[in-house]
Amino acid sequence: MAFTFAAFCYMLALLLTAALIFFAIWHIIAFDELKTDYKNPIDQCNTLNPTVEKVKKIKRVRLALKLVLPEYLIHVFFCIMFLCATEWLSLGLNMPLLAYHVWRYMSRPVMSGPGLYDPTTIMNADILAFCQKEGWCKLAFYLLSFFYYLYG
Amino acid sequence: MSSPAAGLSSQNGAGRQACSNGPIQNLIMMQAPGRGYNTAAQTMHPQHMPAKAPLEQPAGQYHYGCYQSSPPVSVYQGPGQSAPPVSVYQGPGQSAPPVSMYQGPGHSAPPVSMYQGPRQTNMTRPPMRPLQPHQAGSARIAAPAPSSTPPPVCSNSFYPGSQIPPHSQWAYGTPPPMSQPSVATNHVTSAPSQLSAARYGIQNSPPQGPPAPLNTSVQPGQPSGYGMQNSPPQRPPASLNSSVQPGQPSGYGIQNSPLQGPSAPLNSSVQPGQPSGYGIQNSPPQRPPAPLNISVQPGPAPPPVSPLSSQSYQSGRQPFGPPPPVRPEAPPTGQLNNAATPPPPAAAAKQEVPVPGAERTQIHNSFDALESGGRNAAQHHPQMGRAVGLSYPSLPLGYQNMAVSPCAPGMQPLSQRYPAGAQSFQQAALGPAQLGSALGGMNLQQSQPEALRAINLLQERNLLPRGPVTPPVPCLPQDLQRLNCSPEVFRCTLTNIPQTQSLLNKAKLPLGLLLHPFKDMSQLPVVTSSTIVRCRSCRTYINPFVTFLDQRRWKCNLCYRVNEVPEEFMYNPVSRSYGEPHKRPEVQNPTIEFIAPSEYMLRPPQPAVYLFVLDVSHNAVETGYLDTVCRSLLDSLSLLPGDTRTKIGFITFDSTVHFYNLQEGLSQPQMLVVSDIEDIFIPTPDSLLVNLNECKELVQDLLKGLPQMFTRTLETQCALGPALQAAFRLLSPTGGRVSVFQTQLPSVGVGALKSREDPNQRASAKDIPHLTPATDFYKKLALDCSGQQIAVDLFLLSGQYCDLASLACISKYSAGGVHYYPSYHHLHNPAQVEQLQRDLKRYFSRKIGFESVMRVRCTKGLSIHTFHGNFFVRSTDLLSLPNINPDSGFAVQMSIEENLVDMQVVSFQAALLYTSSKGERRIRVHTLCLPVVNSMADIFAGADVQAITGLLASMAVDRSVTASLSDARDALVNAAIDSLRAYRSGGLSVQQPGLVTPACLRLLPLYVVALLKQKAFRTGTSTRLDERVFAMCQLKYQPLAYLMLMIHPALYRVDNLTDEGAISIADRTVPQPATLQLSVEKLSRDGSFLMDSGSVLYLWVGRNCAPNFITQVLGVPSYTAIPQTMTQLPELDTAESTRTRAFISWLREQRPFYPILHVIREESPLKASFMQHMVEDRTESALSYYEFLLHLQQQVNK
Repeated sequence: MAFTFAAFCYMLALLLTAALIFFAIWHIIAFDELKTDYKNPIDQCNTLNPTVEKVKKIKRVRLALKLVLPEYLIHVFFCIMFLCATEWLSLGLNMPLLAYHVWRYMSRPVMSGPGLYDPTTIMNADILAFCQKEGWCKLAFYLLSFFYYLYG
Repeated sequence: MSSPAAGLSSQNGAGRQACSNGPIQNLIMMQAPGRGYNTAAQTMHPQHMPAKAPLEQPAGQYHYGCYQSSPPVSVYQGPGQSAPPVSVYQGPGQSAPPVSMYQGPGHSAPPVSMYQGPRQTNMTRPPMRPLQPHQAGSARIAAPAPSSTPPPVCSNSFYPGSQIPPHSQWAYGTPPPMSQPSVATNHVTSAPSQLSAARYGIQNSPPQGPPAPLNTSVQPGQPSGYGMQNSPPQRPPASLNSSVQPGQPSGYGIQNSPLQGPSAPLNSSVQPGQPSGYGIQNSPPQRPPAPLNISVQPGPAPPPVSPLSSQSYQSGRQPFGPPPPVRPEAPPTGQLNNAATPPPPAAAAKQEVPVPGAERTQIHNSFDALESGGRNAAQHHPQMGRAVGLSYPSLPLGYQNMAVSPCAPGMQPLSQRYPAGAQSFQQAALGPAQLGSALGGMNLQQSQPEALRAINLLQERNLLPRGPVTPPVPCLPQDLQRLNCSPEVFRCTLTNIPQTQSLLNKAKLPLGLLLHPFKDMSQLPVVTSSTIVRCRSCRTYINPFVTFLDQRRWKCNLCYRVNEVPEEFMYNPVSRSYGEPHKRPEVQNPTIEFIAPSEYMLRPPQPAVYLFVLDVSHNAVETGYLDTVCRSLLDSLSLLPGDTRTKIGFITFDSTVHFYNLQEGLSQPQMLVVSDIEDIFIPTPDSLLVNLNECKELVQDLLKGLPQMFTRTLETQCALGPALQAAFRLLSPTGGRVSVFQTQLPSVGVGALKSREDPNQRASAKDIPHLTPATDFYKKLALDCSGQQIAVDLFLLSGQYCDLASLACISKYSAGGVHYYPSYHHLHNPAQVEQLQRDLKRYFSRKIGFESVMRVRCTKGLSIHTFHGNFFVRSTDLLSLPNINPDSGFAVQMSIEENLVDMQVVSFQAALLYTSSKGERRIRVHTLCLPVVNSMADIFAGADVQAITGLLASMAVDRSVTASLSDARDALVNAAIDSLRAYRSGGLSVQQPGLVTPACLRLLPLYVVALLKQKAFRTGTSTRLDERVFAMCQLKYQPLAYLMLMIHPALYRVDNLTDEGAISIADRTVPQPATLQLSVEKLSRDGSFLMDSGSVLYLWVGRNCAPNFITQVLGVPSYTAIPQTMTQLPELDTAESTRTRAFISWLREQRPFYPILHVIREESPLKASFMQHMVEDRTESALSYYEFLLHLQQQVNK
């Protein structure tokens, strides 16, 4: 197969999906950290600035939560690429996730900036569990599609 | 710890804050620290250790994060908050403009303010100096001049006599007139009399603190059969006060009597806290508590009591005989009784009056039965000292509560209570000794637990207890229950925790905690210690429910890790003895306060800082609120909690933001105007917040002048957002409290809002839109505030729509409070003016804690699902509360993550770390212990219907915000249906026709109906959006006791009050009329009725009401002469008037905020708001209670 636009799309999608997998993992870790925050073993003997640790961790978590929009954009981007390359099957496979992203973003809580998560409700156990589940599902989806793009 | 006295002082949290807080606290002040020990040293208290079967130690130990050590500041700032505090002060391109710029008349181009604009008169008010040459509005500005209306100086001026003037009440060390009994408490010094003084003070039940109730079941070591006096069914439990107190002197006499120890009975009635605890410890447990207590009573009711109580007492004593040396255990019956017989005096509010007759005999029977059981146990297993302590003496009194809270379990051998699965539980929990007693009891008593008595709601009409509904008592072994946290502070919806989540799901009841952690407490043990003993793995504070394995090791009751007992802890400052760690106050009190050492601080404790942000637009001036607020503040200036570092500041705003320079040395306050509201900055950062003590004169000047300064303003715009931003910047270096007074929709600057309410939709039966905020500006700002330890309290005084749904966010997430005064006007609505004054009085003077966090821990296996209340959740179990006040409550939904199979009890611990207004870092710890059960019947037996209702209400509020109102309503109905269905299928042994509930849940359908008709959730009745949202806010953060009145008000008939069954408090006799159903059917034209809905009292007078009542109580000649608006009862010198007023003031004393009384006639305009509380009746848009029951029945039986 010659090096067509479609092939280029798949290669690009492959790379981007790798990035998305990375995002998804980060997302999962972030929520896990949120959830188990207080159980985190901060060594009692080593009281050397546990707070600094904590601040660092929280910054990391916040960063992860901010990666949502890039993730959506990347996904939208290679969906468009597939559309241009008229790869209907690949596009079809991605449509459900695309629709989900659109819905998720539309129904986000009222806020002025971009973002999906409301810091005041994120600690609610239901929401936390939902987000964790969401993270795992997405990770699975991205992994599958990664191999699909690899061999497709 | 060097000396015991220093080590352990018995003052309350407020102890050192002279005027800071609820009057109750003054009780404590008179106690010289360490006073308890003099007496304490004499005797030791028997040891009480939780009898827990040894539990497996969990394999994994968690190291938990350093509790409370995360930096409050840095962590949780909203994204927008990048500006370091430093930059804050710099305006756009101008570096710190010199102050002089604003002062002088020569205001040529101050970079900042539009000082000289054409609109000068309105927008820029020059420094408030009379000498402004060119100011058009100079007259206005000159206001602070002495000529302006002299503000009332005497702070007590407008508080009528019934309220005890706070000054005298709690001014530390001010010698008050001895004639006033309440005051006298402060100065009693000798130990015994102190005890009585403390007690006495409580009986006075100072106005604000909901007084005694909390004492009720928590009592650590209440000695002696005092509780017995409560037992006689005919009398309200409160009787015990009456029994002691009229004979004030005799009360003392008793205490001075050789029975040093047993004098505790006096305390026992009330004291939760230290003194009583210690008092008890003093008491030689086995001493028969002097029967003389019992007979003191001159009052009306008691006589029947004393014989009974003394009798039962003796029967109770016999088995014990001489103190069994082996069982140092129980201060005999007394404590048991206390645990089971709830509350003393004021608690009577919460207490039900037991039904006479049959129950009485039952008491005797059961008591005997139990005792015999107990005796067996004691005889057979004398060596089992510890376990035996749990066993018996308890049972009988439990019955007293039956009518209300059937499960008065602590008292009863468990097997009797729980037919199903009781054996295993009981054995496990209590050990062999218990078994003996249980068996002994079983022979004689096979009845089903009262809590589970099946009731057919369709047939039984009169379900309301005569008095208030009492919470069920957990079925714990007696000595654990005695140490358990007061239900006033800590309450669980299910007092028997299901073993697994699936069992919980089957029962369909919500599992959660209701907390009132910073409640004003009359007595609170305070411990100063260089090391606070905590579990090394989960950081739990040591508490009464831990197990001591031996002298040097204790096992955490939350994570089961075994910890070392530190050296200091071996010394007991109470008894001044060494080697008795289990007798330390930490292990004897479920509620305790620690003075925290410096590890608990991230920065030096902040001073008390108060900032007032006042709306001065035309609309605001029109309502005239400014005058009330300034006057109230002026009066309360000295009552503001704080120390020498206290700071205060003011900001006003219309379309511009005005600051007030109050720097020391100025002759008058200066006003600085910033009109650049798009990019607000602080003109002179260091002179806007000033030390209250140093600049008191200027502050007073300002307060006197402020109301007049804006009287002619024409500015209608309102820039709330920028003003809040300014407040945030001003306070961010320190943190503190912002009080915002707002009267209209914010219209300019950031945070401007648009009216979203369509008045025509107010009554729509469909969904109510706009319950969610329109903008997240307020939420983000609140999070920023929370990060900087700033709390915002919102006072909304407005007739029009203000979009409270958006505005409330500022308080909700910064742990502030919302107060709403619809249609406030100083002339048209005098009742609200009075209400505001009263509320402010409380608001200014109540206790406050700064930069606080609260962590809720629970036994491994349980986990926290959701929090409800006003706060920011910082971590799964950590709430960030920039301020904590005594009037806020919290709810916590729990879930069961792992099965609690091999546990008999689980514990919950709430720890509140805060900086007191005196700059001390303190930790208040509450611990609650509950049994675990594994059958449906047991779960239902322990259901606490009030707590369930409170939690359901909070959950429904959440639901109506995230989903929709109709969803929330459905969810409420479904909650009732599901739980009844679950009971029908799982908890009920014999199927019966009709709608069957267990006795303990019999009020649930009623409360659900009441919730559906509550302002927050009702549909079809015209409700303003703001009022609806406000009701929702209240549902979420009111403490349960007040919440229940709001949901289901109490109705009393008051035209025929008699002294029958009355209780005596101080020297007043307070009649106790029965609570009536909220149905018009109960009203009659020839009576008059008092409805207590928490924040308002209505006195409804029927057309044909006895002329006697009208003339003797209302002081008017005839029914038609009753004025349209009447908010005071005249002080007439008649028996009827005295009784009515005593009753009303007694009701008022039980809550922190003062409810206004409205006297209404049948045709008054307020009648509608009275009638809307008649929840059992049908309205055009809602079902009646009976119809609702039919609906439930249909659904349940489907």
